[in-house]
Parts: sequence; structure tokens; C-alpha cells
Amino acid sequence: MAISLAHFLTVSAILLVLGVFGIFLNRKNVIVILMSVELILLAVNVNLVAFSSALGDLTGQVFTMFILTVAAAEAAIGLAIVVIYFRNRGTIEVEDISTLKG
Amino acid sequence: MIAALAFYVFAAILIASAVMVVTARNPVHSVLFLILAFFNAAALFLIAGAEFLAMILIIVYVGAVAVLFLFVVMMLDIDFAQLREGFQRYAPIGAIVGGILFLEIVMVVGAWRFAPDAAALRVNPNPAGVTNSEAIGRILYTDYIFLFQGCGLILLVAMIGAIVLTLRERPGTRRQNIAEQVARTGSVTVRSVPTGAGLKELGILRPPSPEEAKPKEVEHHQGHGGHH
Repeated sequence: MAISLAHFLTVSAILLVLGVFGIFLNRKNVIVILMSVELILLAVNVNLVAFSSALGDLTGQVFTMFILTVAAAEAAIGLAIVVIYFRNRGTIEVEDISTLKG
Repeated sequence: MIAALAFYVFAAILIASAVMVVTARNPVHSVLFLILAFFNAAALFLIAGAEFLAMILIIVYVGAVAVLFLFVVMMLDIDFAQLREGFQRYAPIGAIVGGILFLEIVMVVGAWRFAPDAAALRVNPNPAGVTNSEAIGRILYTDYIFLFQGCGLILLVAMIGAIVLTLRERPGTRRQNIAEQVARTGSVTVRSVPTGAGLKELGILRPPSPEEAKPKEVEHHQGHGGHH
């Protein structure tokens, strides 16, 4: 009953699907959508670490560190945008965020 | 055996807390479950042998990102009940998309296997007899130094961006004017004061600031019906 690569891949696939599901489920709440994105990035990290461990190659762990950096930057900028949007408009409903007419 | 048991426990808690993150009624609970999920992911990293990344995950995610989320959720005064409208409506389509995605992943990964010469194609094989942190440090500061510095730049840009976005100039706030303070002459004198003597007894008074805020004069001559 040893832990194989497949175990880690299964966990990470479930995490990824849960993140995508969370984006659909909380369509109105930007903050929970950002948390779902964090979950998806965590799934990617689990994948990279699992492959790095299975192959005995350190490159995957270096990549994981870069993904961590980008995820932290993304969370900071996203939350800053949420804060100023709330300050200007008094709401963070995704459907109201249409000023750019995108 | 112990490692397998630990793996199953941590993976189960990780998935359960991820479910709670996306379904919790209160976003504060969502953030707390996110923190729990990060802790369990760090434990999975430890089981996979990536000790350094496990600690980084706890420090960066739990220590910074999740606390940032908690801060923002608690700071914004949002009617979360209103944000949950349509929760039931979007659940089926989310489940369908998620299920299809999961099936696709399972089909792809199920048919996939390592190339026979995968072991020979490794870029940075795990060196023997060296701890994980030291091995990562050896390649991170040599082969990947430019990527590492690029990461630093990304963080710098993110930091400046967050500050620029949220900085607000309010009218009526008092700020320290350093240039004016440094350029001030004449009004500042240095005197030697014997210990134990109060400033007032020596006749040193603080000069009144030129524009002492006077109490606002209340205007009486309009409104409040019928005085005139």
C-alpha cells in the first residue's frame, strides 16, 4: 500500500475540479472566486511536486516556487482591486462590475 | 504503511476543506477552511519529500495570502446573503462542467505513462546525501538565478501596484511637511536646561503655532425657521 504518483494526481485532479466548481457556484462573490483560483493553483503545485518526487528531479520544485510567487502577487493585486472597487461602488457583485463594457 | 495512512488522512482533510471553501455560507469560514487546506497540502508535500516547499507553503500561503483574504473579508462591509443568490441555480451547471473536466483528466492520465527513458532525461536529478533545502538552493541560485530575480521583480511590481491602487489622498488630513521643517530657521533655539527644572519655570514657552485652529463660528443667520 505504498503511495504512488497516481494517488497525488487523483488528489490534485479533485482539487482542480473543486476550484472550477467553486467559480461556478459563487458566481457573484469575487472573494470566493479568488479563493477558488488559489485552490486551482494549489492543485497545480501538488501535481508538480508529485512529479518531481516520482522522477527524482528537482526542476518541478523550483517551478512550484515560481507559481507560489505569482499566486501571492495575484492575490495581492486582486484583493487591492476588490477593495478599491468596493470603496467606489459599495458592492463587489460580479455582475455589477461592468464599467469596462467587456 | 504509516506514510500511506498519513497520506490518506491528509488528502481526505484537504479535499473536505476544499469542499467547505467553495460551499461555506460565511466567507470568513471559507478563508479559515482555505488555511486548513493549505496546511494539509503542506503535509502532502512533506510526504512527497519536498520539505522546503512545505515550509514555504505554510509561510507564504497561511502566513500572508490567507491572512490577506481574512483581512479583506472582515474589512469590507458586504451583504453576503445577497451575494449567495443564485447559488442553487448555478450548482448543476458547475457540477456538470466539473464532472466533465474530471472525466477528461481521468481519461488522459489513465492512458498516460512515463517514457522509458524518462529517468535519463532529468534536468536536475536529486543529488544523493543532500537535504532537500540544500539541493534546491544549489540549483535555484545558480541555474535559475534569472528566474529567481524575475520572481523578485514580480513581487515588487505587485507590491507597488497594490499600494498605488489603494492609496487615497483625502482632503483635510494633516501630513508632515519635511522640507518645511528642515528649512525652518529662527524659531528654533537650543538652550541648556538644568535637570529637574520645568520648562515653564525657566520661561521657555512653546511658541504658538501661527495658524492655531480657531473654533468654527457657528452661523446662525439661516434656516431653523422663524428666529428673525
